[in-house]
Amino acid sequence: MATLDGNAIGGLLLEVFGTDMTDAAATCATCGAVRPLAETAVYLRGPGTVVRCRTCAGLLMVISRIRGVSCVDLTGLSALG
Amino acid sequence: MAGTAVRGRLTWQVATVASVIRETDSVVTIGLEVPGWPGHRAGQHLDVRLTAEDGYRAERSYSIATSDGEPVAITVERLDDGEVSPYLTDELRPGDQLEVRGPIGRWFVWDASDAGPLLLAAGGSGVVPLRSILRHRQRIGSTVPARLLYSSRTLADVIYHGELDQYGDGAQAIYTLTRRQPPGWTGYSGRVDAAMLAEVAWPAGQHPLAFVCGPNSFVETVAGQLVTLGYPAGRVKTERFGGT
Repeated sequence: MATLDGNAIGGLLLEVFGTDMTDAAATCATCGAVRPLAETAVYLRGPGTVVRCRTCAGLLMVISRIRGVSCVDLTGLSALG
Repeated sequence: MAGTAVRGRLTWQVATVASVIRETDSVVTIGLEVPGWPGHRAGQHLDVRLTAEDGYRAERSYSIATSDGEPVAITVERLDDGEVSPYLTDELRPGDQLEVRGPIGRWFVWDASDAGPLLLAAGGSGVVPLRSILRHRQRIGSTVPARLLYSSRTLADVIYHGELDQYGDGAQAIYTLTRRQPPGWTGYSGRVDAAMLAEVAWPAGQHPLAFVCGPNSFVETVAGQLVTLGYPAGRVKTERFGGT
């Protein structure tokens, strides 16, 4: 499975957050690395969309959609914006 | 929900195929009529959604191939085991309809106000958003120098070849062919490596801005080497693609 990046979920992020988030700075709660969401590692084929830190591979974000409702887990981010 | 679109929110809408242009054996450019398209920035993409008769849906992202002000078009490469791309490259005809949403992306975009010479590095169909940047640069009369380093398997796989060679005016396309080179080939051969980038890339002291788009391994190699050459990470914008 190819690893993609945050550009590939630009549409999904816009749907969830209501604004384009690809240039938002994401701070990894595991290692502290700060990168734009566009440059994170993204896995689309899991149960839900999994976003990982490109520095430490720590989990940043999981977005799953269940019966039309999006569930967003941001516990791996210490800051976003 | 239909009919409750919030202004500024992204909504799916029906686009009509205006044209289908074959670029290579496995690549087509699809011109789209999208009612109310708000315009786009160079490097952005849009999402395409296909719905099967049984209701199964598949979504994919495709880079926009044209400059703002030109008709919207995407360039699609057929992945033989893909769910979506074989339909787009082999079955789609003018007049057909697709669901699209966009434009999307604020990171992998180039604005004329971005200072510094442009280094564009493409692996395969990663050239699509970079072509949008080159077209936009030409359309607005920008004098920012631009170099495109474009890695393809063979000469026949080079997308937009004639167009890329015609930009002139401070924009130069440099090719490397990784699998097979025609007799008398004067471009590079083999995968992009440190030596090739050191020759092609603007020196870091000129404060260049790099856009790198291609498969994951290509992007990792090129972006890593550019940082080694002294490019600040924030001046190397990357976009990865792959079959999903």
